[in-house]
Amino acid sequence: MVLEALFNPYYVDIVVFLIIYILLGLGLNLITGYAGQVSLGHAAFFGIGAYSSAILSVKADLNPWLAITLAIVITFVISAILGLPSLRVREDFLAITTLGMGLIIQSFFKNSSITGGAYGIDSIPTPSLFGMKLENMSYLIFLLIVMLIGIYAVRRMTQSRIGRAWMVIREDDIVAQSMGINTTYYKVLVFAIGGAYAGAAGALFAHKVSFISSDSFGFAVSATLLSMVVIGGLGSIRGTLFGVSVLYLLPEFFRLFQFTFIDMNYLDMYKMMIYGLLMVLMMRYRPNGIFGKKGAKKVMTKRLHKKKAVKGGEHIA
Amino acid sequence: MVNILLKIEGISKRFGGLVAVNQVSLAVKEGEIFGLIGPNGAGKTTFFNMLTGIYKPNEGTIVFEQQQVQGVKPFRIAKLGISRTFQNIRLLKDESVLENVMVGMFGKTHTGLWSAILGLGSAKKEEELVKEESRKILELVGLAGLEDELAGSLSYGNQRRVEIARALVSKPKLLLLDEPTAGMNADETNEIGELIRKIRKNGTTVILIEHNVGWVMGLCDRIAVFDHGEKIADDEPEKIIANPAVIEAYIGKEDTEEVNKFAAN
Repeated sequence: MVLEALFNPYYVDIVVFLIIYILLGLGLNLITGYAGQVSLGHAAFFGIGAYSSAILSVKADLNPWLAITLAIVITFVISAILGLPSLRVREDFLAITTLGMGLIIQSFFKNSSITGGAYGIDSIPTPSLFGMKLENMSYLIFLLIVMLIGIYAVRRMTQSRIGRAWMVIREDDIVAQSMGINTTYYKVLVFAIGGAYAGAAGALFAHKVSFISSDSFGFAVSATLLSMVVIGGLGSIRGTLFGVSVLYLLPEFFRLFQFTFIDMNYLDMYKMMIYGLLMVLMMRYRPNGIFGKKGAKKVMTKRLHKKKAVKGGEHIA
Repeated sequence: MVNILLKIEGISKRFGGLVAVNQVSLAVKEGEIFGLIGPNGAGKTTFFNMLTGIYKPNEGTIVFEQQQVQGVKPFRIAKLGISRTFQNIRLLKDESVLENVMVGMFGKTHTGLWSAILGLGSAKKEEELVKEESRKILELVGLAGLEDELAGSLSYGNQRRVEIARALVSKPKLLLLDEPTAGMNADETNEIGELIRKIRKNGTTVILIEHNVGWVMGLCDRIAVFDHGEKIADDEPEKIIANPAVIEAYIGKEDTEEVNKFAAN
């Protein structure tokens, strides 16, 4: 293939994994950014998608396309169930609850026989289209299409009546209920849809790497994703694209140029340090994220003007 | 004979040992402007919260249009046509005024997930309709031209108007206003009075909680007085001010005679 020869497969892989992270970020942004339900267990949804598709295609010998589709449906349903705590607890407590659920599910992956235990699942087949195996560049193009559809759907949902329901739930639950919004339904729905995005990402991840184990779906992934979405800007698609891209590509960039002052063996640790530092700086200087909502910013500056006006008045008096 | 729109019989709400509302019965007729007055902590807002389903009464029944609604979920009650505003303004401060009012139409719209994602014509049409209705209501409450302002940037009085618009846009049968004129000056208060009369004329029954007794007397057809969770009176305004129990609740027992003297003069 001419296409394949043109591109360094290493770079192609970086972009493929970047797109998978963007799908994860879009789903998390729906749950946490648009509907305001903090989730620290998004990696669990990612893992459920990956394991479902892997088990269905390896152990049940299903066609990879069918396995991927079923994996999305399965994650949709399980995510809805895992979203139920959001009906009882909120904010910090919900974060802790989802964190705990994430750990339990990862532990399930590690210890259950159906998920291959600590060894994981290997020889996950590559999907093919019109007799052509989707590998490297062609897989990337396929993922690009999936991502565009994903972005389009998020845009449409959030700009519709459903997005309005999520927005009101995020801002004020009591108002939402009083305005005729079935908050139970919409909270469960956002977990289901956000989970389905992660399920799609997981399935596409599994068929790309052909081998998965529970290590790929730990708390670090959930925390990294949340940092990406928050730094990019909650409730903004551009923010998610930006946050995921920058935080995902930054470590790759370091790897590429082999800085002598950093020991590459510890890159993952540096990564978490940088993410943590960035989070702290963002919270201090730009709590709405890089592409956070314009509205919030406008209100902030207006308040500033009011304060100035009051101060001016005091001087005159 | 005017129809009874809302009939409440013996509802109570207890929070642990505290009895917030005790055995209250009320009937509100269609087309009335009904006032609820009483000292702070008398249970007026708790009463509203039971009508709108936020709290479930410990006992008693609430019948709205021949349908029992006590303990029904708030979103269902909203869909039945009972709409409300909040004592402590609860707007989405970072959203535009128009967006805030559009929220009020939620229960009247039906676009589902798939038509939203696929961008079907029906979804767009519904969205346009919601916008149009919201603009109309904003004009009615006197906020035309402020649609694109952030709700949080408006004056206190105008924020209350946005709340009323949000509650009104779904064309409710019953509108509950919790202290609609709190923090307003005399002019603004009178304007709200005019607005409430207009709302009634358009066919919506209004129940309002208010502390400004003079204003309530001039506006309401009937008034109920709450004290310590109990309804102590329920009558026409002129009879309410003459009611000794009401005067006692507001001013205290010892001063009652002096008030009577004052009233006689």
